[in-house]
Amino acid sequence: MLASTFLPLLASGLNQPAHYLTWGPVQISVANFVVILVMIVLFVLALVLPFPKGRKRP
Amino acid sequence: MTATQTPPRGSGHARTGKGAQDLARRPWAGGKRSYDIVKELVIALVVVGLVATALSLLFSSPDDPSITMKSWATAAPSDLVSTAAQELAGTSGVAGYGPPYNSTPDVAQKIGPISLQELAGVRIPIDTATDFVIRPLQQMPESAATTAAIGVWTAASADQQAKWAGDYADAIAAAPDGDYTKAATGTYGPVPALCAAVLDASTQGAYDGVLQAQGRFYNTDYTFPLLFLADGTYLEDQARAQHLGGDQWGMTNETGSYPGQSWLWLYTFWYQIDPFASSDNADSLVWALMMVLTLGLILLPFIPGLRSIPRWIPVHRLIWREYYRDHPKGGRE
Amino acid sequence: MTVTDDKPYAATDSHSWTGRLRGRIFGTFPPEKLLPEDQPEYVASWIYVFGVATIAALVFLIVTGLVLTLRGPAWYHVSSLGHFVNSMHLWSVELFFMFMVVHLWGKFWMAAWRGGRAMTWITGGFCFLASIGTAFTGYVIQTNFDSQWISTQAKDGLNSVGIGAWFNVLDLGQMLLFHVALLPLAVGVIVLWHILLVRKHGVVPPLDAVDGDSLDHQLADSDDQLVTAVPNQPNAQTSDTQEMTS
Repeated sequence: MLASTFLPLLASGLNQPAHYLTWGPVQISVANFVVILVMIVLFVLALVLPFPKGRKRP
Repeated sequence: MTATQTPPRGSGHARTGKGAQDLARRPWAGGKRSYDIVKELVIALVVVGLVATALSLLFSSPDDPSITMKSWATAAPSDLVSTAAQELAGTSGVAGYGPPYNSTPDVAQKIGPISLQELAGVRIPIDTATDFVIRPLQQMPESAATTAAIGVWTAASADQQAKWAGDYADAIAAAPDGDYTKAATGTYGPVPALCAAVLDASTQGAYDGVLQAQGRFYNTDYTFPLLFLADGTYLEDQARAQHLGGDQWGMTNETGSYPGQSWLWLYTFWYQIDPFASSDNADSLVWALMMVLTLGLILLPFIPGLRSIPRWIPVHRLIWREYYRDHPKGGRE
Repeated sequence: MTVTDDKPYAATDSHSWTGRLRGRIFGTFPPEKLLPEDQPEYVASWIYVFGVATIAALVFLIVTGLVLTLRGPAWYHVSSLGHFVNSMHLWSVELFFMFMVVHLWGKFWMAAWRGGRAMTWITGGFCFLASIGTAFTGYVIQTNFDSQWISTQAKDGLNSVGIGAWFNVLDLGQMLLFHVALLPLAVGVIVLWHILLVRKHGVVPPLDAVDGDSLDHQLADSDDQLVTAVPNQPNAQTSDTQEMTS
């Protein structure tokens, strides 16, 4: 199966011990930090990126 | 206010803001733009599908294998033996848990004067000595030595049982490296034999089945083996090694380097700080606090001040900037 | 109160429960509201795509979840295809919550509960909570080390408030049924209700919007004491005298 040959090549990446960022009482895994960062970036981009002009309707 | 109109509440200093409220309530009578709701959904499905597929192909998902009684016995035999002794002694976590497992007094968590844990009562009664050790041993082929040990145990008084098992558990804890084979000799009655039988059956892979099945053919309830496992330190040690412990923000974390449940950040945050971190009532207090905060989120539209934050910090000026630009008289400067 | 001119759907001549129900349903949700071809001009920001993105992620959750049910809870441990479907299910969860929270942020900053839309906000909040509960039951039925740890930890929280015996996270059978049947149904109902409310009330207009008739610049909340402290008052007097045409 394609999956059984393809997957092991790619999928080893995250199956290793995580790294943690610490800041006072806050400890966050790199993965979770990336998730939250992506959310913030998406939010900011959604606010600032221009939206296509639509066709006006009567 | 002009004479040509009779706005029931149109003036800028309206006391109640009902003019704007009317606008927000009624169907929009202003300009429209073309919108294809079906195409929007299709595009969303395609984009999300592609992203999810890419992430799955690139990163897969975690699947750390379960701990079994067998793997526990092989990796940490002293912990298993010690845990079995504590179950017999009635000093294990479950034995002293209180409701819903038993009625140990004064251990249930409280919120102020109220203990919801106590009120719920003992709904899943567990006698750790019988349920985790004696009965499973009886449900397997027994050696003569084990049968004899069970006989001595069941004939003894509760105090005698507690003394034997408690002393044995203490001896293991005091032994070098907590190694049960190096526990000081003493008067432990049948307890070492019983614990050895549990270890032996576990090492052979037989204990998993009897502990879980509880004499039934079909049993999808894993309460007994999970509680027994959690009473030891091996499960917790493996978890803490991966930052899954309660005081390690563990609720938000996942095994390996995978993202976890970051949406639980606020729930687990309270466990990291005092007074919760050092409180015996941490779980119930955190639950109560989160219920209050959740109500605050749900009922936000009705909370003065909080619901006005979007007005005070005008992020909306960015969102609707085109509208405000096209309708300068309608918006603020 | 719904302002609608959809007279064809009004059940003025209904003579039965069915007729009255039909009138209410189609009066509130005429086809043009359910499947519109246009929307107000102010719906022109990328922030508006996060609702439908959340729905799309939910669709993938359901579809991958259904595939996992076809082969049972242990399949993904032993099959590469099963593991891939499990991965799709897990990453869909991450995307689902990411999009949902960005959607929530957007709706907060738009004060989207205005104009009688409090229930839209409230049902949205319940979508969030129900999703967290459903996700949690998913984590405890993984039948691996993670589920062993999560369930034995979570039981403490639930037991501490007295519900652990009824919601026994150590009972795989119960949690499986909760995750696959009970909670998806609850989430589905709440999500549907939320979406219907959006269709019913329309997308909330901008703060300080004018669509032709309104001369008011104040917050929609009638008892909001902050109204008088809002610093945009200077415009209000002059706008009273403007002739507004749509």
